[in-house]
Amino acid sequence: MEHDERFGHARSVTLPGPLALDGGQSLAPVTIAYETYGTLNADRSNAVLVCHALTGDQHVASIHPTTGKPGWWTRMVGPGQPIDPARHFIVCANVLGSCMGSSGPAMAAADGLPFAMRFPVITIRDMVRAQAMLLDHLGVGTITAVGGSMGGMQVLEWAATYPTRVRSAVVIASAARHSAQNIAFHEVGRQAIMADPKWRGGDYYASDDPPAAGLAVARMAAHITYLSEAGLTEKFGRRLQKREAVGFGFDADFQVESYLRHQGISFVDRFDANSYLYITRAMDYFDLAEEHGGLLANAFRQTATRFCLVSFDTDWLYPTRESRSIVQALNAAGAAASFVELSSPFGHDAFLLDVPQLNRVVDGFLRAGGL
Amino acid sequence: MPDTLRPDLAIIADHVAPGSRVLDVGCGDGALMAALRDHAHVDARGIEIDAANVATAVARGLSVVQGDADVDLAGYPSGAFDYAILSQTLQTARAPDRVLEELLRIGRRAFVSFPNFAYWRVRMSLLWGGRMPVTRTLPEAWYATPNIHHVTIDDFRAFLKERGIVTEGAWFLSGDRLTSAAAANFRADHAVFLIRRSA
Repeated sequence: MEHDERFGHARSVTLPGPLALDGGQSLAPVTIAYETYGTLNADRSNAVLVCHALTGDQHVASIHPTTGKPGWWTRMVGPGQPIDPARHFIVCANVLGSCMGSSGPAMAAADGLPFAMRFPVITIRDMVRAQAMLLDHLGVGTITAVGGSMGGMQVLEWAATYPTRVRSAVVIASAARHSAQNIAFHEVGRQAIMADPKWRGGDYYASDDPPAAGLAVARMAAHITYLSEAGLTEKFGRRLQKREAVGFGFDADFQVESYLRHQGISFVDRFDANSYLYITRAMDYFDLAEEHGGLLANAFRQTATRFCLVSFDTDWLYPTRESRSIVQALNAAGAAASFVELSSPFGHDAFLLDVPQLNRVVDGFLRAGGL
Repeated sequence: MPDTLRPDLAIIADHVAPGSRVLDVGCGDGALMAALRDHAHVDARGIEIDAANVATAVARGLSVVQGDADVDLAGYPSGAFDYAILSQTLQTARAPDRVLEELLRIGRRAFVSFPNFAYWRVRMSLLWGGRMPVTRTLPEAWYATPNIHHVTIDDFRAFLKERGIVTEGAWFLSGDRLTSAAAANFRADHAVFLIRRSA
């Protein structure tokens, strides 16, 4: 397997497709950028699919090519971690619609020009179908699927769409549908992008002058939803940014303003505004119950998949009650389900941060599933 | 079964049919579930209110969900389990009668264990000391105890009779040792009942 070009970091494959999309269109070919870590064992039983969140990417445990920072989930994936390349064959793919090498609005269409807004609107299920095509290409049959936030939505969709392929499912800080509040925050972000004159109806790729201001504002608004009020108060309070008194102007007087501006500005270096529109839309459209006749338990009837759900007490974006309603559906379907609400000061972002209990729970759950 | 199990749990473990499906309501850190899984190939699921206990149970590979017996049993389908187990949890429920009805709806049979408030040491403590009893099975002071619905063995028997619930087995413990059913309401510090709905 050492010489197999399919495996390793910074991989990409263009599959002929077509990929039939929920919106009615189809996509062909389909390009997927991905990484693998570790080795698929002889009976192909050790595959772990890691699903990333809205602005995540395939660099789950490798250096990010743009930022130079370590992978986004090295606390969970890596030597000695619950998901360990020494024991597991780990796959992480950039989702459909994103901008890190998978098919998305920034990629060239058949006419050689970027898709821009001609890219079809996609769903979480479309992302998952594309991942299934990738796993077929890699020779992977059954998987353990793990993800937080939008990654958790993909994991749920995996279990519902390919029940016989998913042995175990880990869903962290996630939900089975987007709430009105979730949609509302996303709409603020989208409107910020589309209100930026540089957005130009999505046709900004030739200009080398993308709608950075709009995307930065979108990121700033979203970033607030990833943190808890207590966490913000503890980290910044009303402290001033490198000054003794407020400036009676509109500079970033407060540390929290400076922090948010930094979050916004650094985000635009690594993310595409149109991708942000497409992926937030996919999340807003997500309602797993609706896909199954309005009853979430129907999504998991007869499932043999083991589930582990984790929520965080300070996460108000995908609060515990969302996880609890998934657990109720799993219980109604008779599925093997575990669920715990962990305590953390970090809000929604806790799934990416240092929460030792999270690693303990995930490690125990995976090992009990024979991983 | 491992002899490290709490005595009431050991009795339950000894009387659960191998290979059955079990829901342990208030499963703590999953000690009984693990024993049932490892020694009797039981498909065990659990509910536990304390997050640290849930984390421990999940980390030992058990299917446990964080939840509250008073509210979270409603989501389980009827007859989904061979046994529902409620060990040392009945007296902490806000509505123990409803929890018992739910138990017998979800499980074809139910094991219920509880500390006996009519145990003679408890009686003595109240009668002579005039104080709320603090004993081995009721170790917390009145302000700290999670036990909000104290019950005696005779109360429980009367309840079963009143609701037409069938007793298939009963075990009475005094100082971790089995004691006879005779005068159990006086001599036993806790009890285990195996019950089911009448057919």
